Amino acid sequence: MSDVLDKPVRGLAWFALKQEIEDFLYMEADLLDQRLFREWLDLLAEDLVYFMPIRRNVKFGQHAEKENTRQGEGISWFDEDKWTLGKRVEQILTGVHYAEEPLSRVTHMVSNVRLLDVTPSAENPAEITVGCRFLVYQNRVEYETNTFVGRRIDTLRRQGDSWLIARREMILEQNVLMAKNLSILF
Amino acid sequence: MTTTLPIDQMIDTKRGMISREIFVSPEFHREELDKLFTRAWLFVGHESQIPNPGDFFVSRMGEESVILCRDTHGAVHVFLNSCRHRGMKVCRYESGNTSLFVCPYHSWSYTTDGKLQGVPLYRVLYEGQLDRADWSLIETPRLHRYKGTVWASWDPDAPDFMTYLGDAVDHLDQVLDCRDGRPGGSEVIGIHKWILPANWKFAAENFLGDTYHNPSHRSVDIIGIGPSARAGAAGRRDNEYNKGQHIWVNYPAGHGVHSVWMPEDFDYQPSYAQYPIVDEYFRHCFYERKKRLGDKARIMPFTGNLFPNTSYHGRQPRGLCVWHPHSPTETEAWRFFMVDADAPAEVKDVLRRFYMRYSGPAGMTEQDDMENWLYATKASTGTIARRYPFNYQQSLATHARGDMLPGDVNVQISEQNARNYYDVYARYLKGDGWDSLLGNGDAVRQAAE
Ligand code: FES
Ligand SMILES: [Fe+2]
Repeated sequence: MSDVLDKPVRGLAWFALKQEIEDFLYMEADLLDQRLFREWLDLLAEDLVYFMPIRRNVKFGQHAEKENTRQGEGISWFDEDKWTLGKRVEQILTGVHYAEEPLSRVTHMVSNVRLLDVTPSAENPAEITVGCRFLVYQNRVEYETNTFVGRRIDTLRRQGDSWLIARREMILEQNVLMAKNLSILF
Repeated sequence: MTTTLPIDQMIDTKRGMISREIFVSPEFHREELDKLFTRAWLFVGHESQIPNPGDFFVSRMGEESVILCRDTHGAVHVFLNSCRHRGMKVCRYESGNTSLFVCPYHSWSYTTDGKLQGVPLYRVLYEGQLDRADWSLIETPRLHRYKGTVWASWDPDAPDFMTYLGDAVDHLDQVLDCRDGRPGGSEVIGIHKWILPANWKFAAENFLGDTYHNPSHRSVDIIGIGPSARAGAAGRRDNEYNKGQHIWVNYPAGHGVHSVWMPEDFDYQPSYAQYPIVDEYFRHCFYERKKRLGDKARIMPFTGNLFPNTSYHGRQPRGLCVWHPHSPTETEAWRFFMVDADAPAEVKDVLRRFYMRYSGPAGMTEQDDMENWLYATKASTGTIARRYPFNYQQSLATHARGDMLPGDVNVQISEQNARNYYDVYARYLKGDGWDSLLGNGDAVRQAAE
């Protein structure tokens, strides 16, 4: 992000909001880890964009242009909407989606939370862009273990006294995917 | 060089039994790399990935990294991605455009047609000894371009690709030709690469015509993820092949396909519900194709595998997959997703979204395949497990044959494609000549009987 080095002066409202957002992200992670998939779906905005690019090995200087596949073009790991995620949940709940039957054991770690953008203001936030790191640990059946690590950029939209996820971009730090499947939710 | 492995005992297709050893043992893995991947024609890439002079795309052939490159004069090459000096990978970018491949180690540099050009301090250190002309990048002796796809073989004596492909070409064409029947015209819109802890042949065999594994996809069939699923349709694809006769066809060179032979009067089945533009596009293509191809339009594709490790999905979804062995129990899978290059943007968008939710490690359908291939491999590695062969007896005694197309056409679900595949596989491992590898020996034998 170009704002990595920005050091704006932040007031108490900003830090209170940051705390609120962190709590929201931890709660969301808990829903997934406790397999409350339908409740998790309720946190997604109807116009959700859920995007995980494929990362490529490119020459120095070409990263901005070529490193990640782009949303809305070609093939990525995920470039989908709420309907499709709803299908993923529905599939798990059939009990015969063998890639998740028996269910994996999953822990989502969320850290390095930063508010990247708040509109219109920290005192009265309607939409927030929040960056974080994820470390998702998956263990399934007996010995099969995957660790997915990367950056995430979420757009959250105020809804009543909570938030809806309107956009989630997951930037996985892998080129050739080192797992056989991406059968879990991020 | 002949092998010491008891291949005929382990691959007994007459009785329909194949040893688990070929799926898990390091010896078979080594023999495959030595005797099979060094000879067979392998898929390397697609010309849409290297449209301009100097364009390159780093691919694989079996266990090895290769560079598919269009040289600055426009000719296409496949090079081993390894410097002639100490073996460093000369290219570690996935694709790009260059006029030289400069080795990061000691800076030898190669032109896009593979010639060694730059050798630092040449005059002082190498003059009179090193002839640059002898130290080009190692190039595949055989390369063939077919309707946009690029294939290569390491065997200078390999038959030409079209002979190798044989009558399977009619089915591969269903992947490579435009939906309206114009020859070629496809483009690759993206690639998945992932590591699969399973033997590569599980994947190849699955595409070769294992229709019997349908029940493993029950979850997507129940919930519906197909092109018309948003309109409430169940299943994982549209029912385009209503009333068609499913056929499982295998060829003497080892290829196998699952296609459908449509009735003479077959008509367009509405598909892509909720996407009127896409439905209209495919309707238009359907009638154009029928006009253009006549009786051949009756062939509609599901899946297939071109010997040894290039699989395809013909329509929903559409693309080529390559299964690269890393070890007996690990495979690097590459999937190339394809569309008609000149299809309307909306059509391409609906297709790519469907491809992503269907295919590969994030695909709701294929995740279940991967689960099966992984645990089938793992559960076959044990000492006791390896004593017991896999069963390949499906439709062995109860076979039903058809004659609507060339090849060994089976009209009920059958493991005949797999039995044929492993017969050919065995011949490679025994080091047979090309006559035998192309199955010509069969014809001779049959004529004698
Ligand atoms: S290894 Fe390439 S120049 Fe030495
Ligand atoms: Fe499958």
